[in-house]
Amino acid sequence: MPLYYTEDQAMLAESVTGFMADEGGIKKQLRHWRDTNCKDGFGHGLWKQFAEMGLTGMLAAEADGGLAMGHVEAGIVLAEIGRNLTPSPFLTTSVMGVTALSEASDELRGRWLPGVIAGETVLAVAIDEGAKHRPEKIAARAERAGNGFRLTGAKDFVIHGASADAIIVAARTSGSDSDADGVTLFAVPKDAAGIGHNAVRLVDSSMASHVRFDGVELDGSTVIGEVDGGRAVLNKVLAAGRIGAAAEQTGVGGGAFAMTTTYLKTRKQFGKLIGEFQAMQHRAAHLYSELEIAEAVVIKAQQLLDGGSERAELMVSVAKAKAARACNLAVREGVQMHGGVGMTDEYDIGLYMKRERALTEFMGDANYHAERVAQLSGY
Amino acid sequence: MSELEAFRAEIRAWIDANCPEEMRRPVQGEDDICWGGRNFVFKNAAQKAWMEVCAAKGYTVADWPKAYGGAGMSPAEAKIWREELARAGARPPLSSFGIWMLGPALLKFGTEEQKVHYLGQIARGEIRWCQGYSEPGSGSDLVSLQTYGEEVSDPVRGDHWVVNGQKIWTSYADKADWIFCLVRTDKTNVYQGISFLLFDMATPGVTTKPIKLISGSSPFCETFFDNVVVPKAQIVGQLNRGWDVAKYLLGHEREMISGAGDGGQTSAIGSVLKRGGLEDPMLRAELAQFDIDALAFSAMGEKFLDEVKVGKAHPAQPNMMKYAGTELNKRRHELLMVAGGSTALEWDSEETRGGAPARSWLRTKANSIEGGTSEVMLNVVAKRILELPGA
Repeated sequence: MPLYYTEDQAMLAESVTGFMADEGGIKKQLRHWRDTNCKDGFGHGLWKQFAEMGLTGMLAAEADGGLAMGHVEAGIVLAEIGRNLTPSPFLTTSVMGVTALSEASDELRGRWLPGVIAGETVLAVAIDEGAKHRPEKIAARAERAGNGFRLTGAKDFVIHGASADAIIVAARTSGSDSDADGVTLFAVPKDAAGIGHNAVRLVDSSMASHVRFDGVELDGSTVIGEVDGGRAVLNKVLAAGRIGAAAEQTGVGGGAFAMTTTYLKTRKQFGKLIGEFQAMQHRAAHLYSELEIAEAVVIKAQQLLDGGSERAELMVSVAKAKAARACNLAVREGVQMHGGVGMTDEYDIGLYMKRERALTEFMGDANYHAERVAQLSGY
Repeated sequence: MSELEAFRAEIRAWIDANCPEEMRRPVQGEDDICWGGRNFVFKNAAQKAWMEVCAAKGYTVADWPKAYGGAGMSPAEAKIWREELARAGARPPLSSFGIWMLGPALLKFGTEEQKVHYLGQIARGEIRWCQGYSEPGSGSDLVSLQTYGEEVSDPVRGDHWVVNGQKIWTSYADKADWIFCLVRTDKTNVYQGISFLLFDMATPGVTTKPIKLISGSSPFCETFFDNVVVPKAQIVGQLNRGWDVAKYLLGHEREMISGAGDGGQTSAIGSVLKRGGLEDPMLRAELAQFDIDALAFSAMGEKFLDEVKVGKAHPAQPNMMKYAGTELNKRRHELLMVAGGSTALEWDSEETRGGAPARSWLRTKANSIEGGTSEVMLNVVAKRILELPGA
């Protein structure tokens, strides 16, 4: 399969790009929700518009009312979310949440997917325990209790956690914390008794929750997939989240880069446009090269994931790490090349820097994925 | 089964049936590469057989038209051919500057007669070409070249140029049969005063002198022209418009040097270095970082080639590819030296196959110089892709 968009994908990209430029822009969304101190950190109106555009159910099966598209298509949306820094529950809900639910029972899919597709339901995913992404270790426990389970533990960095209608929780149902087996995924409704949120605003103005589960009673119908056999589902959710975050980062990097090259072509010093200086040109050209490579490996990994390739796992980690490094370079160079105004809140370039930092941390930073690349390569 | 899947099955079966066992082992050194040409000495019968059986089917230049010695494969088919070669671990049947550089330029700028004649020879591995571009005073500033061709009308020998001057860094000039050469044909016009000429290296007045490099080998030569007679028919493109051909060809040269589409050169190395070196956690981390860049770049190479085939790539994109690919390859060999420790320092031992690690490491330093320096590549990207002012 060639590494460029098919005609259908190119059409999708065109319509999403236009839509997001009109509706998802920094002033209209990010700054608005930030400056009004919105507790959700995103706009439900835009989420509804996502549904009208047919984006919310992209990854859901046709039988569930979705479009049965793949990660290439989801990545198109995420790149534009990144380019516009649009606060949106798309990644946790329509990408990670839907990926998890597509492994769930008819009952569970029927309970949550219609709301997701209608743009009325938001999902969060609770995996991390601690400040770094280490999903190999799951300590939160769901003990058997009667016909169901009792969930106890703490989850961190749960994006949109306090706003979500349901949280997909990875919990341990048997074995010890670092066992591969013995993990089960649950779709926990927000109103279940015993859930406590400590919602915090992050550097990029997104909202994350430290979630405590204090003996939360769950009936058997909330289980996604097999009890104790959740690791395989979790891995799919992780892969979806990682490649999704990587796609968003290519958009963040691309947006920051576009803003920076525009600045190089307008700002004058020493009687010249600063873009005339070779010290700027070479760094800009190097950055262009890194961003192009990151985009290429992201679409490669998306295609491999959609095709069920055995190389997908490796290339998703390569893509997440590469996108993180390239995007990080883009925002650092962006702020530096903007000079003093790059440090002001008035200019948007700093917002890109903040978003990059949060996205890099989400679903494993570049070092985490470098470690995975080494392990998956057998060294 | 779709047409492409059927094609893949057919190609796979053909490779299995026709590629000799010896040609399915990794290329170890320079002498494993089949360059072809009048004076080429095949390393073994398998190398010769593999080239010939491929040439007979047009597979040495799979995506060239059949009329010019190719197999007329579509971009999708040619990609399948490359993928199936890689899957079988099969070596390229024929490698040459004719295939990578002159061929594409002739396909675009050559006359029908030139295409039939020269492309066919390239496809069959009959003529080995070298490239006469750089001169002692014209490196990065290539357009300042001084080698001069004086027009001579001659009723007996036919109209021709008499070429005088010197080229440098001519890769394999001492082994090549013909040269494609930039020659000034108008001293009053810098860019529009250069012509793109083809001539036989056996022509009287052509001499070559190998240059010994820091790696100890001599892949490059100085090439001297002393009243070399070149018939008028041997010009590609128009008189004084050779710079257009040269630039087009440079794109292909940069693409070649970048290693795009050559999984071997730039692919991950961590997994092949498992033994010994990786007890060092810092080296292991560096290798993992390298592998990320290498695997990402190989995806970029694939994307770039896919886009080139359908005209989606920016025309200046080979400059970016060359920059990124060569810097990566230099890093690769730095890491291989670190991983090899004192063994990798050995210059002529049997264990290192005559100092292969050290010699390769040194050779790669030329990657970011030859065919346009990294600095020139960045200039071109800044100017033509990013459209920065005054670049």
